[in-house]
Amino acid sequence: MSIRVQTAPFDPGAELNAVHAGELGVGAVVTFTGYVRDINQDAAIEELFLEHFPGMTEKALAKIRDEALQRWPLIGAHILHRVGPLSLAEPIVFVATSSMHRSAAFAACEFIMDYLKTRAPFWKKEHTTTGSHWVDGRDSDTLAAARWEAADKETR
Amino acid sequence: MLTVQFLARYRESLQCESEQLPWQEQWQTVDDVRQFLIARSGPWTVLEDPRIMCARNQDVCSLQEPLQAGDELALFPMVTGG
Repeated sequence: MSIRVQTAPFDPGAELNAVHAGELGVGAVVTFTGYVRDINQDAAIEELFLEHFPGMTEKALAKIRDEALQRWPLIGAHILHRVGPLSLAEPIVFVATSSMHRSAAFAACEFIMDYLKTRAPFWKKEHTTTGSHWVDGRDSDTLAAARWEAADKETR
Repeated sequence: MLTVQFLARYRESLQCESEQLPWQEQWQTVDDVRQFLIARSGPWTVLEDPRIMCARNQDVCSLQEPLQAGDELALFPMVTGG
């Protein structure tokens, strides 16, 4: 049930193995890994900088994880997010959910990412060949997160 | 007192990371403080951003969240992690 925010790079494969190790009741592990892309907003990226709000980041991630644990019968839920300078193609974020059967792990992983994208205090700044700029938030991310709230209302 | 923190793009535009404001009795919500700051004009109009986000005592909240003296308020642009 780990929440980690770190500047150091990580190996998604090793993280996946650690999620499963010693959990003999786990029948399914679903993971999401986000990477630094080479092109964004028509300019080649040289480096990505991830700013966060140290007093709040881990608390916000734990709240998202706890909400997923309340919604689905999970065995584990793990969130790892990098901050600071990141190079091209490096992993930024890793989310893993484990459960007895696949459906809970699939849904919970997507839920955690949708909420992380709209509620966790991280901001990307791209350093490109044409200068530096903050990445704009996307309405599509807001809509993705709102989907879960709409689903809640339908089931009430 | 009220501690206000500015993050990411706002911090850069305002050239200010954090500010201690003497508490004003007429302040009731986060938006009251935001309007007080916007009224300074110049770079402070960055806080007119319709997609502004905020947190009271490290919890994400709405602009209508009630505030009280001693709170820590954070104002920040839409988040872009993941």
